[in-house]
Amino acid sequence: MPLLLSRVDDRLIHGQVVLGWGRPLGLERIVLVDDDVAGNDWEQELYRMAVPAGIEVVFASVAGAASQLGAWQSDRRRTALLTGTIEAMASLHDADPDAMHRINLGGVHHQPGRTERLPYLYLSDAELAFLRRLAADGADIVAQDVPTAPRVGLDALR
Amino acid sequence: MNELRGVVVAHSGLAKALVEAAEEISGLRGVLVPVSNTGCDRGALEERVTAAVGTEPAVVFVDLAAGSCLLAVLRRLRDREDVRIVTGVNLAMLVDFLFHRTLPPAEAAAHAASSGGSAIKVP
Repeated sequence: MPLLLSRVDDRLIHGQVVLGWGRPLGLERIVLVDDDVAGNDWEQELYRMAVPAGIEVVFASVAGAASQLGAWQSDRRRTALLTGTIEAMASLHDADPDAMHRINLGGVHHQPGRTERLPYLYLSDAELAFLRRLAADGADIVAQDVPTAPRVGLDALR
Repeated sequence: MNELRGVVVAHSGLAKALVEAAEEISGLRGVLVPVSNTGCDRGALEERVTAAVGTEPAVVFVDLAAGSCLLAVLRRLRDREDVRIVTGVNLAMLVDFLFHRTLPPAEAAAHAASSGGSAIKVP
């Protein structure tokens, strides 16, 4: 079973992921890709607390995840992969464009220099241009915070 | 004796609604500070929590026993001896806290948690 969801979400594991996506997708594993969390046992335990029994949680650095994408893609377990930043997701896409073909923008919140594109999606002009280049390279990038919300393509973002 | 500050950290508009309801029931206004995670990444939510709690003794109430709100609270406050954290916030818990703010933080937190738990029934 391929990776069912590859999501950029700066809150990483939280209710929208575990419940909003986890139930309809029947997730069996969540891969959290974040260099800081990968090196912090205490934070890993907190993220595990947010996940129901029956869903495995795997923590990986960006470099570590890049070498595992093929294995996760071919594994039978129904898997979602999360990064906290667009840059991390782009690195994974570069490492394995097939496994990371579809990219979900699920939660990128306000920071200085960013503009609201959707209520849950704030991007600077440079970030939006970067995503468009990634799409031109073949990535299928869609904004959608929860499965019941409309899918919004990059072309619709202003 | 100084009275404790109470901070409610929750998803969407829940904290504000709980604080307003607790104030209406108790008549005590301006004691509880609501914090929403709306529009925040992890860092921004941590900043909101830190600003709301300040430097005085406090009890922080969180909606879920896991997730972004609790994570932000624990990241910033887990080393504060004068702050206690209670999850599963409900209205009974907050009202209890409002009338026990002269207790030390650990006792006020335990008292509120007990009241909040006792309020959950299947009549």
